[in-house]
Amino acid sequence: MAQIVIKDLRKEFGAFTAVQSSSFTIEDGEFFMLLGPSGCGKTTTLRMIAGLELPSSGQIWIDGEEVAQKPASQRDIAFVFQMFALYPHFNVRRNISYPLISQGMPKAQVAAKVAEVAQILGITDILDRPVGGLSGGDRQRVALGRAIVRDPKAFMMDEPLGALDAEFREHMSLELRALHDRMGATTVYVTHDQLEAMQMGDKIVVMNHGVIEQFGRPQDIYDKPATMFVAEFIGSPCMNLMRFDGQIEAGATQVTLANVPLTIPRQHDGLSGPMAFGIRPEHIQLNTDGAFRAEVRATEYLGTTQIVTLKTTQGEVKARTGSEHRIAAGDSVGLGFDARTVTLFDATSGHAVRSDLNAGVLQHV
Amino acid sequence: MSEVRLNGVSKSFGSHAAISTMSMDIPDGSFVVLLGPTGAGKTTTLRLIAGLEAPDAGDIMIAGRSILRDSPAERNVAMVFQQYSLYPHLTVRDNLAFPLRSPMLRTPEAEIARKVATVAEVLRIPHKLDNKATNLSGGEMQRVAIGRALVRSPSIFLMDEPLSSLDAKLRADLRVELKRIQADLGATFLYVTHDQIEAMTMATHVGVLDAGHLVQFGTPREIYENPANLYVAGRLGLPRINALPAGLFPGAPPGAATIGLRPEHIAQGDGQPARVVRVEHLGDQTRLHLSLEGHEVTTLTDPHSALTAGDTVAIHPRAALYFDASGARLA
Repeated sequence: MAQIVIKDLRKEFGAFTAVQSSSFTIEDGEFFMLLGPSGCGKTTTLRMIAGLELPSSGQIWIDGEEVAQKPASQRDIAFVFQMFALYPHFNVRRNISYPLISQGMPKAQVAAKVAEVAQILGITDILDRPVGGLSGGDRQRVALGRAIVRDPKAFMMDEPLGALDAEFREHMSLELRALHDRMGATTVYVTHDQLEAMQMGDKIVVMNHGVIEQFGRPQDIYDKPATMFVAEFIGSPCMNLMRFDGQIEAGATQVTLANVPLTIPRQHDGLSGPMAFGIRPEHIQLNTDGAFRAEVRATEYLGTTQIVTLKTTQGEVKARTGSEHRIAAGDSVGLGFDARTVTLFDATSGHAVRSDLNAGVLQHV
Repeated sequence: MSEVRLNGVSKSFGSHAAISTMSMDIPDGSFVVLLGPTGAGKTTTLRLIAGLEAPDAGDIMIAGRSILRDSPAERNVAMVFQQYSLYPHLTVRDNLAFPLRSPMLRTPEAEIARKVATVAEVLRIPHKLDNKATNLSGGEMQRVAIGRALVRSPSIFLMDEPLSSLDAKLRADLRVELKRIQADLGATFLYVTHDQIEAMTMATHVGVLDAGHLVQFGTPREIYENPANLYVAGRLGLPRINALPAGLFPGAPPGAATIGLRPEHIAQGDGQPARVVRVEHLGDQTRLHLSLEGHEVTTLTDPHSALTAGDTVAIHPRAALYFDASGARLA
């Protein structure tokens, strides 16, 4: 159990800066996601917390102790990798008990501990099986068991579900999260899959090019993205960014796109020049005679909903609507935008303009 | 016209029946997606049509004529594989032209140039024609691989999970692209995948395979809204349909063993009390994982729902599918 505080953390590999200057706090017992595309610095950040890389500068506090320059062995952290490496010549029991035996724990105590962990993971019945013949899920559970058995202060997980197929990943992510809810141990989890991050995380850090783009609760990050990168990285399909040149004053509640006035949340700052009008696909309604026109390019049936790809003067836009609306490619439609959900971005810096919608969230950035 | 018809086709490998008396009509100009898990017989079906395997029984016809005696080359089918295999030392142009330069076809060079230009236009890669094949992104390489099939104007395109090695974003783009290409050309596609999103979004017809049997064939909407059995109901829809004992809610028809409830077909407010186990805020929707008399139930709720684990919520079916003990659909 531990709170982890990251302060001004930086990592350079020669001339390449992998992590620029990160600061965030992981509360005790949190399931914390480091999310971003490959090369964004998320794995490097995780490895620094675990002690597998030493930072170029900055501090890492685990449970009140500054450990940034200490080796992994002195940090009491367990690491679960994507490719769960088990000892192939040991059975399940020996794989799980190995970390305890190598710590010199008495045999009776080891047996009790392994039994307890097997119980938690639901693998009591396979303890004496060789790991060779196990299913992917059971192998994963054994790998987790080996991490849990030491009662570490925190768990570090580097895309532990990345190698699994979609259906099974869904199942394991639920199981992993349920395990966390039972044990309550601080967990730091790296992934490039935004859905996995939204689904499992209490909090998310979104990284890009070694920089933290946003840090917060999943729903806040989804509803109130701090940058255009976050707007496009989170959500499937992602937030639409309709680019335009314009000018708004502080206090504005309207912008004009393609000569159509559109209502937006009250803006706190003024801005002029290239901007982007950010709207999520499910916040667009299709109508017959709306002033903002679009042409239907394609529809994708998804059961209860469908994704409609639209051509507008502001580029391609995707809307999610109920599949009971029969729409076909070539149709001309009007678009309505749910005014409360719009985020305006400064397209030069990529940052969201502060408004009544997002001001509460952006202050933390 | 190039309607493809399978009539009672069976194929076994040793004692393993890969395909069992499969009959299927692939209408001219349709986009048929065969959906099923690994080992359901999807790829075997493609290979039988391509002539890479011979059926043990049954007949395969293209445009009304049996092709069983034709060699793969004579069948005029084009296959696109999961792993795009381009000639790395050739340019995009030469990769596209390669099938037309086959000695069997003897296409005049002017004709080749015209066809390559047309296909490049359809694939939106005319500016890449002089690039080396290795000098392309993954999505572009897969488009060239598809293009190499397109230049030949075959009677049917056979596609074996062509998008599965691409990342999620690119896959989403190419889904829309492929559908547009197929519609523009009026070509006939038989496409196999285990990805239900690909099946639902691209297909004019979906064939659902279960252990070598074609269990249902219809439009994506028919398959989703009107599944023939519990297996089919579970193949489409994310999160998956909840399969629960029929007696859990009042109103089950006689003979019903299982009630199938899609997550969006569960209403909240009154009905049976269920305990909230976990709440997942996914942004556009919130998933509730519930426990109802010991059964796991997944449903959807408002994105900004204030429910948390431990709360109790009353639920009742809004639209239910009923299945008998064998899994067959009742109502």
